[in-house]
Amino acid sequence: MPTEILMPALSPTMTEGKLARWMVKEGDTVNSGDVLAEIETDKATMEVEAVDEGKIGKILIEGDTENVAVNTPIAVLLEEGEDASDLDGFSASSAPAAAPETSDDTPAKEEPAPRVSVSETPDAYDASGEIPEGTEMVKMTVREALRDAMAEEMRGDERVFVMGEEVAEYQGAYKVTQGLLDEFGARRVIDTPITEHGFAGVGVGAAFHGLRPIVEFMTFNFAMQAIDQIVNSAAKTRYMSGGQMESPIVFRGPNGAASRVAAQHSQCYASWYSHVPGLIVIAPHTAADAKGLLKAAIRNPNPVIFLENEILYGQSFEVPVLDDFVLPIGKAKIERSGDDVTIVSFGMGMRYALEAAEKLAEEGISAEVIDLRTIRPMDMETVLASVRKTNRCVTVEEGWPQSGVGAEITAQIMHHAFDYLDAPVLRVSGKDVPMPYAANLEKLALPHTDEVVAVAKSVCYRD
Amino acid sequence: MSPAKSDNSVPKSRLLEFYEQMLLVREAENRLSKLFADGEVPGFIHLSVGQEAVCVGVTSALKREDTLASNHRGHGHALSKGVELNSFFLEIMGKEEGICGGRGGSMHVADMSVGMLGANGIVGAGIPLAVGSALAHQVRENGAIAAAFFGDGALAEGVLHESFNLAALWKLPILFVCENNGWSEFSPTDRQFGANVRELAGVFGIPSDYVDGDDVLDVHDAASDLVTAIRAGEGPRVLECVTHRVRGHFEGDSQKYRAEDEMNSLSNHDPIAKLESVISKRRIPKKEVAAIREKIDAKINAAVEAGRAGNAPDFDRAQADVYTAVRGV
Repeated sequence: MPTEILMPALSPTMTEGKLARWMVKEGDTVNSGDVLAEIETDKATMEVEAVDEGKIGKILIEGDTENVAVNTPIAVLLEEGEDASDLDGFSASSAPAAAPETSDDTPAKEEPAPRVSVSETPDAYDASGEIPEGTEMVKMTVREALRDAMAEEMRGDERVFVMGEEVAEYQGAYKVTQGLLDEFGARRVIDTPITEHGFAGVGVGAAFHGLRPIVEFMTFNFAMQAIDQIVNSAAKTRYMSGGQMESPIVFRGPNGAASRVAAQHSQCYASWYSHVPGLIVIAPHTAADAKGLLKAAIRNPNPVIFLENEILYGQSFEVPVLDDFVLPIGKAKIERSGDDVTIVSFGMGMRYALEAAEKLAEEGISAEVIDLRTIRPMDMETVLASVRKTNRCVTVEEGWPQSGVGAEITAQIMHHAFDYLDAPVLRVSGKDVPMPYAANLEKLALPHTDEVVAVAKSVCYRD
Repeated sequence: MSPAKSDNSVPKSRLLEFYEQMLLVREAENRLSKLFADGEVPGFIHLSVGQEAVCVGVTSALKREDTLASNHRGHGHALSKGVELNSFFLEIMGKEEGICGGRGGSMHVADMSVGMLGANGIVGAGIPLAVGSALAHQVRENGAIAAAFFGDGALAEGVLHESFNLAALWKLPILFVCENNGWSEFSPTDRQFGANVRELAGVFGIPSDYVDGDDVLDVHDAASDLVTAIRAGEGPRVLECVTHRVRGHFEGDSQKYRAEDEMNSLSNHDPIAKLESVISKRRIPKKEVAAIREKIDAKINAAVEAGRAGNAPDFDRAQADVYTAVRGV
């Protein structure tokens, strides 16, 4: 039985396209993978490859034909042992007409249902209104911003308390909880033993009763001891209980590599937790975002993973002087506008992204840099709007490449903006190895600015 | 072990109340066993047949506002804490009208309105949740206490040790109840844990008691004494109830790993038969006992019918419960 070769779709939303030209003619023998034809839309050109081997029996639609509906048979492939006599019934006239208005009864109309609720004409989130014009700004470290966020929320809501290792008497291993014990006392700033699994579960149990625990992990590396309670209890209980129970809890602490602390202390958990329905995952870069988003996280009735960074703790940023500065969860921020390539990152990766954008500008490449800020739910609207403008995208993260945040962004872009891409989406990530100790190795294992520059140039086809 | 109070000191109404509650758990589980065998209940069903004196004896020492975290063998904990029978069956039969909307099933029955924080499919995982619940009671100074139910199979879990430590350090109002049925899944306890739960509690300075977990009156008395101390602010307590698991680790487990003698002796430990003999000695008319049996049968029949009549859950509604919706999220 001869096989029909159908007009392919360049993207899930494409309904028709131009059959630009045939690369084979009737009678040619083809193998799987051979290029048969080229098709075009207004966005891109794509080669049609043979899926099976055989002989081109008949070309049903000639080259240079416009408006060929997706799934229309465009040629017939003969298998071994078949000849032209097997072609009865296969002709251009018997094929569904190419014109779209007559294709109602062809499979071309059966567009795959969108599997995620990202709008097809996304609007970028505009972060410019987050800080009212004329607001007084003050320079502050990320560490101070986090502390202020907790203190403000504890003043405003007596259900909020902090627990973790060394958070009270010692004022925090990284001094993020400095001063909280003095102001709020030992009942609300609770030193725990080194017992991550235990105190994570205790936090969740307290949250079931409407308390609002902020659980500090000295670093997120130690939270792997507690991941059962984070995933199985905090994230799933609302759903498993049919909505009758909630876990309004924040798990926070430094995440990712610090400096020369080796494999067990240098790991990014953004993609791990962002995999889990029921969790919110936030990873701020600036002090203002750290403050506004931690306040939002504490108020949120869902469990939140709040990923900080040891290196960023001491870095200063402008923070608005406002009584109650709360930012929306799930909204990215365009940190730098550009036209040629979109660079998407979060947390510490933003440092490389922004430095790279500066260097790219010197070479005449205008990069748009997006800080995701929240990893889950991910603001794909803002990313897609940017990619539809620049047609190119590079992701930057410290975590490992496989199943990483960049992999998710790439998949989403493939689904929702495939027609807009002028180059493959590329990822800059931590290398696929446990973090080494030696200084030179550590540097090589982490993403760095020059790497982002090089990858951004490559998607712009610039050397 | 607490000195058992004379059976004669227990009012008749109390005896019949215990009897009715234990029978409810027993017959509900017997019915689940049948529904499982008939293919009407899927997945993993872990029955506590033979252990009914523990859940009933302990929960009868608790108040409604007290909270309880359970484990995978938690039907008795849920029912004796007050989870409504129809919504319990609807849940395990996977229906929208179930107590958890058909999303939890046997291992995740929860009902906050009666302080049932949930069964749990992860061994030991409910224990720190109960400790957190106790912390909330302590912070709120509401007079309530928490209880954590776990089996001897949880004794080797690190989180139990962590939870004992935290509860002891912070003097939390919690009763840890170890249902020692001698079997951790398919292995005897002596191949699982090198100490015992009372020794472990002692290491953390937690006072403990030990009772025949097949005697509901003993369990109730021991639990009541411990609860009194906990409510007085004396910190956590541990109660070990030595009991017997009649059914397999889960339904479908043929228990070939247990000796014939042991299996044959199980009927000697039946907590319901024990209470029946007390009732009989008290010369309580047989027709009163029979009436209780009839009442339980009717309730369970009605619950199973309600379960069958329930609706299949709607996926969109289920999805909507992953997060609490908030503007900006």
